[in-house]
Order: sequence, then C-alpha cells, then structure tokens
Amino acid sequence: MQTQDAISAGYGGDKPSYLTNGSTLKSWLLTKDHKRIAIMYLISVSVFFFMGGIYAAFIRLELLTPASDLLETATYNKVFTQHGILMIFFFLIPAIPAILGNFLLPLMIGAKDLALPRINLLSLYIYWVGGILTLYALMQGGVDTGWTFYTPYSTTFSNSFVMAVGLGIFINGFSSILTGLNFIVTIHTMRAPGMTWFRLPLFVWAHYATSLVMILGTPVVAITVLLLAIERVTRVGIFDPAIGGDPILFQHLFWFYSHPAVYIMILPGMGVISEVISNFSRKKIFGYEFIAFSSIAIAVFGFLVWGHHMFVSGQSIYAGLVFSFLTMVVAVPSAIKVFNWTATMYKGSISYDTPMLYAIGFLGLFLVGGLTGLFLGSVGLTVHLTDTYFVVAHFHYVMVGGQVIAYLAGIHYWWPKMTGRMYSEFWGKISAMLVFVGFNLTFFPQFILGYQGMPRRYAAYPEEFQVLNIFSTAGASVLGVGLTLPVIYFTHSIIAGKRAGDNPWMLPGLEWRTASPPPTENFEEMPVVTWEAYEFGEENGLDIESARKASGPSVPVQA
Amino acid sequence: MQNSSWIPFFPEQASTFAWQVDLLYFYLIAVSVAFAIPIVAAIFFFIVKYREVEKFATPEEIHGSMVLETVWSIIPFIISMTIFIGGAIVYFNQYTMPKDAMEIYVVGKQWMWKAQHSTGQREINELHVPVGRKIKLTMTTEDVLHDFSIPAFRTKADVVPGRYTYLWFEATKPGRYHLYCAEYCGLNHSGMVGWINVMEQRDFDNWLAGNTSSQTPVEMGKDLFENKLGCASCHAGGANQRGAKLEGIFGKEVKLVGGGSTIVNDDYLRNSILNPAAQVVEGFQPIMPTFKGQVTEEQLNALVAYIKSLTPNAAATTGAPAAPAPMGN
Repeated sequence: MQTQDAISAGYGGDKPSYLTNGSTLKSWLLTKDHKRIAIMYLISVSVFFFMGGIYAAFIRLELLTPASDLLETATYNKVFTQHGILMIFFFLIPAIPAILGNFLLPLMIGAKDLALPRINLLSLYIYWVGGILTLYALMQGGVDTGWTFYTPYSTTFSNSFVMAVGLGIFINGFSSILTGLNFIVTIHTMRAPGMTWFRLPLFVWAHYATSLVMILGTPVVAITVLLLAIERVTRVGIFDPAIGGDPILFQHLFWFYSHPAVYIMILPGMGVISEVISNFSRKKIFGYEFIAFSSIAIAVFGFLVWGHHMFVSGQSIYAGLVFSFLTMVVAVPSAIKVFNWTATMYKGSISYDTPMLYAIGFLGLFLVGGLTGLFLGSVGLTVHLTDTYFVVAHFHYVMVGGQVIAYLAGIHYWWPKMTGRMYSEFWGKISAMLVFVGFNLTFFPQFILGYQGMPRRYAAYPEEFQVLNIFSTAGASVLGVGLTLPVIYFTHSIIAGKRAGDNPWMLPGLEWRTASPPPTENFEEMPVVTWEAYEFGEENGLDIESARKASGPSVPVQA
Repeated sequence: MQNSSWIPFFPEQASTFAWQVDLLYFYLIAVSVAFAIPIVAAIFFFIVKYREVEKFATPEEIHGSMVLETVWSIIPFIISMTIFIGGAIVYFNQYTMPKDAMEIYVVGKQWMWKAQHSTGQREINELHVPVGRKIKLTMTTEDVLHDFSIPAFRTKADVVPGRYTYLWFEATKPGRYHLYCAEYCGLNHSGMVGWINVMEQRDFDNWLAGNTSSQTPVEMGKDLFENKLGCASCHAGGANQRGAKLEGIFGKEVKLVGGGSTIVNDDYLRNSILNPAAQVVEGFQPIMPTFKGQVTEEQLNALVAYIKSLTPNAAATTGAPAAPAPMGN
C-alpha cells in the first residue's frame, strides 16, 4: 500500500471522492454530478445489455436446428425483435456517450461538470421512463415487427404492443437529443484555459460529431413514430396504402434517422479506440487532424446514404445508384482512421494491457465489418445479399465487433479512474481473447450463410444451412462466457481490487491528472493546459521516474 | 466462372446474371484480402517489434505525414469507385426489364406466393418456368411487404402493397431452386417459401398442357370488364362515352385535368381503378366510382392485362405480352 500511496500523492488531497460524497439514495437520485449520472447509466445500460443478450442466446439456441422447435414461431419473432430494440435503442446508442462520454468529457477538457448538469440528470430520467415503458410493453406481450417497424405490418397487421414500444423509443429519443445538446454546449464553452480545439483528445472530437448526429437525426425518428400514431388513431393515410398512404415513405423516414444512428453507435467507439491505441503505444496519434475531421465527415455523409437500405424496396434504380455512390464515399474516412491507428503504433512502446488487447481486436473486427460494408454498398451485389444473413453478420461486425468491443476497451481503460481500483489483468486478458474468438466463430459463418441465401428473421430454415448455424451457436456460447467474465471481475475489483492510484499508466490526458476516483468538482484547481494532446514526456508534468520506482522492475507486462 | 459447384457452401448459379454477381463478389473478396493482409501484418509486426521494453517510456514523436494521408485517401477512393461501377453495371442488368419477356403475375399474401401465367395456369408456392427464356414477374401483395428472392438466380425484389414491382431473370439450367420471402412479413414469414422449377421448353409445354386452366388473365379481365364490373357501360369506346376510350391507350402519354401529364402504364391503370379521381384524363369528369375493396389483386391484374391487350403493340412498349405468349418450338 505504501507504493500505491506514493503514486496517488499528487492529486488525492483530502477531498472526498465523488463516490463517497454522500451515500444516501437521494444523494444519487438528485445528483447533478456527471460522474454519478454516468455510473447510474452504467448500471441501467448493463441491465438492458444482459436482457438483450438473453434474447440473443434464445435466438442462437432456436437456430441450432432447422425446424422451429425450441420456440414457437410467434415467440421467435418477438425474441429477435426485442433483441434488436433493446440492444440498439437502450444499449448501443447510449452505451459510450452516456456512460464514458458523460464521465470523461468534463474531465478531459478540464471542466467541473457538463454545461447543463440538470439537463444531464433529466436525460437519465427520460432514459428510465422510455426504458421502463418499453420493458412494460415487452412484459405485457411484446412486439413482433422487427426493430425496423416496417409499415403496413406495424400499423395494420401486427397484433402486438407496437404503439407502447414506439412510445418508449420516442421518449428515449429525447434523452439522446438532450445528451447531444449538452455535449456540444460543454465542448464549446467549458474548455479549460489552454485547451484549444486541436488539443482536445480525439474522444472529445468523436463525441462532438456524435452529438451533431444525435440532435439532427433523432427528431426524425420522433416525427416518424408520431406519424405512425396519427395514422393508427385518426386513419389519415400516411403509410398504409389501403387508405392512400405510401409504405416506402416510412422506410425513407426510418432510415433517414436509423442510418445516421449507426454512426451514433460507432463514432464514440472510434473515439475510444483513438485514445487506447495512442495511450498504450505511448505515441502521439498519427494524423490527429485527419482522424478528427474524418469523424465530422462521417457524421455529415452519414446523413446522405439512408437509401442504401432500400436498394430492392422499389425505389428508382437511379436513386439506387446515387446512394451506392455516396456509400462508397463514406467508406473513405473510415479507411483513413484504420490506417492512422495502425501507423500510430509504429515505433511506439506498446503494452499488452487489457484495453489494448480489446483495441487490437477492434481493429481486426472493424476491418472485416468495414470491408463487408463495401460488398453491401455495391448495389448489384447487394440485390443478392440484402435481407440475408450476410447483412446480419456485417452489422454485428460493426456494432458488436466495433462498438461493443470499443466500449469494453473503454470500460477497462477508465475503470481505474471511475472506481479507483484495478481489475484482474489476467482475467481481463482471458475475457478479451474469448470475446474475440467467440465473436468470430459466431458471426463469420453467417457471411457464408448469407451468400448461400439464408434469409434473415427465419425461425425455420432448410437443412443445408444447419452446419454453419451450429458453428454460429457454438461461437455464441464462447462469446457469452467472454462477456460475462467482466461482470465477475469488475464486481470483485470494487470489493477487493487493489488501489489503482491516480495515474496507473502515467498518461498525459487531463482525466489522469486528478484523483482516482475524482472528487465531485473534478479538479482541485482549474487546470491550465500547456501541452498538446498525447505528449508522454516528463516535461509535461508527469512524474515518470517515481512512478517507475514505485511500480517495480521494468519488464514487459505479462499476464 | 460458369461453374462454381466445387466451392463448399456456395450457392448454385442458375441465371444469366449469377456469374456477374459472383464475379463482383470474388473481386470484392480479392480487394478485401489485399487490404486486410498488409494492415493485419503491420499491426502484428508493430505490436511485436515495438512492444514495451521499459515502463512508461517516451518514444520519439511522429506527427503524421501529408503524403501518406493523401495516398491512403486516394487509393481507397479509386478502388471504391471501381466497386461502385461494377455494382452499377450488374444492378442495371438485374433491374432493367427486358422487352421480350414472358410475363407472369405474382401476388404475395401472408404467407404464400400465388402466381398466374399469361396462359391462365395458377400456382401456389411453386413457379414453373422454361429454361433459356426471359421471364418477367409483375408483382404485388394483398397485405404487407414481402420480397421475392431466388438466391440461385442472385436476384430479389420487394413486393409492395398498392403498387407493382418487377423482377426478371433468365434461368440457365433446369432444376428446382429455393424461393424465399426475404422481407419480414409476420408470424409465418419463414414458412413463406417455395420452389422455382426450371424446365426444358418441351417439358414446360407439357406441364402447361397438363394444367389446363379456366381463363387466361386477359379472358378473365374481359369478363370482369364487360359483365361482372360493368366497366364497358362507360368505357365501351363510343363517341359520347363518359369514360376514356381504352383502345390503344397503353404506353401513351395523356394530359391530366389540372395540368401535367402521365404515361399510361400498369401502375397508372391500377391506380385509376382504385382511386379514379386522383389523375383524371383531360376532357373527362371525375365521376368514376372507386373499385377499392371490390376487386381482388388477381382481378386487378386481369383487368390491367385486358386493358393492355386493347393496345396491339403493348408488348413492344412494356415487354409484356398481354395475349398468350407463343410457345416456342
């Protein structure tokens, strides 16, 4: 403990940390502290993640055999729908912004809190109301429309709780909008002296781009849900062709939001990866401006490609060509990021800590996800591939291989800051490897299934698809173990983990220049930034000599 | 490229554009591998070669390189454009309807596919077609979205309520191929499957002969037009009729009341029956009652087929032979 105290001597002070500053339920529920709100998000989002995961387990078990036997078809349809809804709206969209973004954004820019702390708490409450309403609808009988809610099935034919779930998503959307608004205002107005735009960590740039998409895109899905409700209640024909509406209009509105929403899900993950790769290579990020602006480019172009979800929906072939072209253009900034991340490691000092293992896994999986996106953007090929398991595999590579892995990298990276405790490196590494192997075993066979023509959302399938489905289910069980392990060792670390110290990896970011866990007001005194982002030398105020002495003999970190 | 049956887990190639889609697929795999291998190799090389040897070291800074950034922006852009162009060419082949195709009507409903040949034969969840002939499907649905998907032909198209969508293919070898509904349509979506039976022309002729049907779509449409729905009372074609003369109208451009014009095609005819007041031809009053709810999708198809048959060269305009197609040799 002596050495640990030495490391933390710099910032600790006598102030209570945000965790110990009040222990009543009221002190949590009425807090304006972004860090406490982030922790409450962490717990709620994790609950939704594991519920979505249980649905996923049932999907994989059902698909072990060709016939619809474990679940009735009606149940299966509800299970995959609810898996999608919980994972997308209640896990993927809020996970990184609402947990890591909330916790870290003010710390990274040297602010005491977000610009609008009460609005931040309101976002959380809106998320709870939307989430509880959705869960209530699922308990009452659930919904079977697919997460895409295509009309006229969702408006006229489905006898499930469409409107209740729609209302839950509608309400939840305001949580996203307010969070995005809060981030933008915070980044503009709350930066510490010396923290210029181009000294911002790339995590902050990524959240800025994400916030733009949140506040511009989310209102469209709210409008769409409102139009659905108007049609159901007043029978004014909007989407239903039987009363003069147009079902394709719904798809346009839905994807006008839901495609940019993909970038709400992946951009913050890219921000995390930029941080982890740079910090665990102890190298300034390669091409800082290119990574920063590619995030903005993705956010802007992301609004122009919604029609690539509708190549076979009956839209004109010329529209199809335009959307295919724009989809190819949006691939370029993602490629730029991958090249820059790889180049960052060149001549670095790379450690194999758990966050870095996850980040390297991300690079591989995101590469596959991105390249298969080209397959689906190439319109002649996607006529064959769309609505098959190829698409399922592709978006899981981007959403799980990308966002979930990035989220795990981020949670492992900032866990010591959030809790002041270390987790087991050994089990962290085991989990990172199980997730990587399990994930590939689950989803790679689905590319092949998709090219063979296996359609999505099938409770039963022809026998020739069984072998690859067995691989997929086997992989899912490995993935399940890999994702459950962190719950165990994180819980253990809170109770008995060794103290992390303020800056266990001697990193230069502002979040590492305060106590772990930080005090409620984040910094003892207002920090003044005199260094660029990602500068690792002692001249930037890092006491590397004494940290080295304290951490013992210098050897490559081993499990 | 024409035969890929040696590749495990690879779908059969059974249409004229299957090989084009597969070629595009292999090109993309080649591009992906060419991209992924250097990147993965570089990552592994770096994490081994530049692994941490001293804790908290401060390696020399490298800020970036404008040259590299330019190179790795432009090269992916050029490659992505080749992928775009390749995809666009194949897409054009898939979705440009041929002029000389044999036409079949398809109606989707939860959870079955109903087809009717222009010679009158009806099928459910099966479709018999001759090999080596262009087949055009004119499709709609009675209820929700469906999608007519034939992986062995590498093509599919959504089927949308309230309008027609089209799909064409030319099968290259006889066999039985999976037909799937690929757009989620509710409870028994995964049961909305069937078979495409591709037959030699002679076998197909025999099949047609063995499945004598009561009426062709044109005959059925004529019966509806003249007797059952009474369309003829206004549209019979005399000089002072209240309704537009329909002979020779198909494929023509007509002026509309309130300005503008439209081409008379399948969708226009269909909408004019269901929602007659929406686009009235100049010189006529919006007095026609709607037939929405009174005609089934199959009856609508028949009416459209009959009205098309009143224009002798309608087949040349749309590629859809309205009268029974010649049976070939």
